[in-house]
Amino acid sequence: MAQSSKIYGKQSILFENPPYVLGCGSIAGKKEAEGPLGSYFDLTNDDPLFSKKTWEEAESELQRLACDMALKKAGLESKEIRYLFGGDLLGQLIATSFGIISLEIPMFGVYGACSTMGESLSLAAMAIDGGFAEKTMAVTSSHFAGAEKQFRFPLEYGSQRPYSTTWTVTGSGATILGKTKTKNALDIVVKGITTGKVVDYGVKDSMNMGACMAPAAADVIYANLKDLDRKPEYYDRIITGDLGVIGKEITIDILREKGYDITEQYMDCGIEIFNPEEQDTHSGGSGCGCSAITLNGYVMEMLRRKEWNRVLFIPTGALLSPTSYNEGHSVPGIAHGVILETV
Amino acid sequence: MANKSSIGDVINEKDSTLRDKKYNDYVKQVTPKFSCFRNCINAFIVGGIICTIGQVFFNLFMNFGLGEETAAAYNIIVLILISIILTCLNIYPTLAKFGGAGTVVPITGFANGVVSPALEYKTEGQVFGIGCKLFIIAGPVILYGVFSAWVLGLIYWILKVLHWV
Amino acid sequence: MDYIKAFVVGGLICVGVQIFMDKTKLMPGRIMVGMVCLGALLGALGIYEPFAKWAGCGATVPLSGFGNSLFKGVKKAVDQEGFIGIFKGEFTAAAVGLSAAIIFAYIATWFAKPHMKK
Repeated sequence: MAQSSKIYGKQSILFENPPYVLGCGSIAGKKEAEGPLGSYFDLTNDDPLFSKKTWEEAESELQRLACDMALKKAGLESKEIRYLFGGDLLGQLIATSFGIISLEIPMFGVYGACSTMGESLSLAAMAIDGGFAEKTMAVTSSHFAGAEKQFRFPLEYGSQRPYSTTWTVTGSGATILGKTKTKNALDIVVKGITTGKVVDYGVKDSMNMGACMAPAAADVIYANLKDLDRKPEYYDRIITGDLGVIGKEITIDILREKGYDITEQYMDCGIEIFNPEEQDTHSGGSGCGCSAITLNGYVMEMLRRKEWNRVLFIPTGALLSPTSYNEGHSVPGIAHGVILETV
Repeated sequence: MANKSSIGDVINEKDSTLRDKKYNDYVKQVTPKFSCFRNCINAFIVGGIICTIGQVFFNLFMNFGLGEETAAAYNIIVLILISIILTCLNIYPTLAKFGGAGTVVPITGFANGVVSPALEYKTEGQVFGIGCKLFIIAGPVILYGVFSAWVLGLIYWILKVLHWV
Repeated sequence: MDYIKAFVVGGLICVGVQIFMDKTKLMPGRIMVGMVCLGALLGALGIYEPFAKWAGCGATVPLSGFGNSLFKGVKKAVDQEGFIGIFKGEFTAAAVGLSAAIIFAYIATWFAKPHMKK
């Protein structure tokens, strides 16, 4: 079979009919609202429980609110969405499954750790360009307290966080894609994707996620530039998910070594979302929600204003579980690249 | 430990085990460190204060005319109670962020390790939530404390039977 | 004088552990286990008790003091009851601390809930 014209290189796709961004929603917690990007989020709430009883229910509520917000802004009803791609960090994706029940949209649950926004967006776009759906939605979330409970310590447990740790973002972001432009659609399309491989450089320190994920991010950025024969200058911004200050250094370093200087374009959601001096967040923000709300709040707005026209968005995930960590395994990373362009 | 690896060495390394090692060395270089000195001062002050508070109560109980052992027992109860109250008021975690080992090492750190998961897992029920998870941090301390004391006790008993002690 | 000794000795033990934690990146859980075992061992070697006599709460409040009292309990039980004491003394010694911690912690769950970190 002849290779389809959509496929580029080993890992990349450029869509034939790039799907439009019809709407997007971003819901954030108190700390995120107080951060530098606070004004870009659609809805913020000072109550970390979002009027629910448990952290897990709160995260589900976040997803529900994000989906509703995206639908409202797109002027659509949930029944018009053919497929939903969603996931989160909690065991067995409970935040997503419980959060989106009321929407009654056929759903694929995806897990890409903190790279889930990129993964779900990639699949949502592929489903449309492949001709399997008219409209799709991608959603993900994370909650600081739920993530601490599952991956670290109980909230009231007294411990010092090393400088390299990140702060899990409380928030949820949803994006609706469509084959054709609608009335409320933004002038933004998903031009293509670069899917990442699992990359493991043997780092075992779960308190230094940036270093675990940086090789994966660099790998995807490199593959994207190589596959599509582009220079970093093609993009106005190259935005990673939650590498933090240490991961950022490493990513730039790796790519420089491979012959690409991305210092000019590079940005990391985890670094942008908090003010480390004032908010005591150490290496930056992390979690699915970090890249999700930065994308759906800040990045989409900058594209809408045409301040940026071409963005490579690469959320990054650390593929560990408390079990794999306790059993002495290293922490592999993954990253998913999505190319967003204005039209 | 102090091997210097540049990122170039890492990328050009073909052997994956060596590459991982070089990458870890490289990561160590680029990761900034906590100021160990500052941490130590904080740990000294916080740990010292907790022990001094213990001494205050101990002396107080001794002044009530309690025996040394009973006074020590009451002292432990009071310190644990204080730690649990401070944990419930969300003060102990803040103290721990500042004091580091100063809050981990004293018996108050143990109490914090018992009550914090109890509160966190309250939502998962009385038995499987609080009941099971109460021990996720304290359990290992109890197990290995009791086990090491048992082993040492066994040795002591043998030596005693042999009339060596 | 008691207070100064307690402050300085307790503080120094914490500093030692802090250095160890920063250098090895060990989790606090492991540190706590290590302290208790070390205390029991030093107790068995006859080192900790004289030290505790001198330093007071500076030596008894840290978890190593808990370890020491575990061994003290076993020793006492063995002296009094022989072999069965090996199985008895740990919990006699730990009884007060353990009961206080789990009972108060349980009562605490009736009133308190976890707070979001700031």
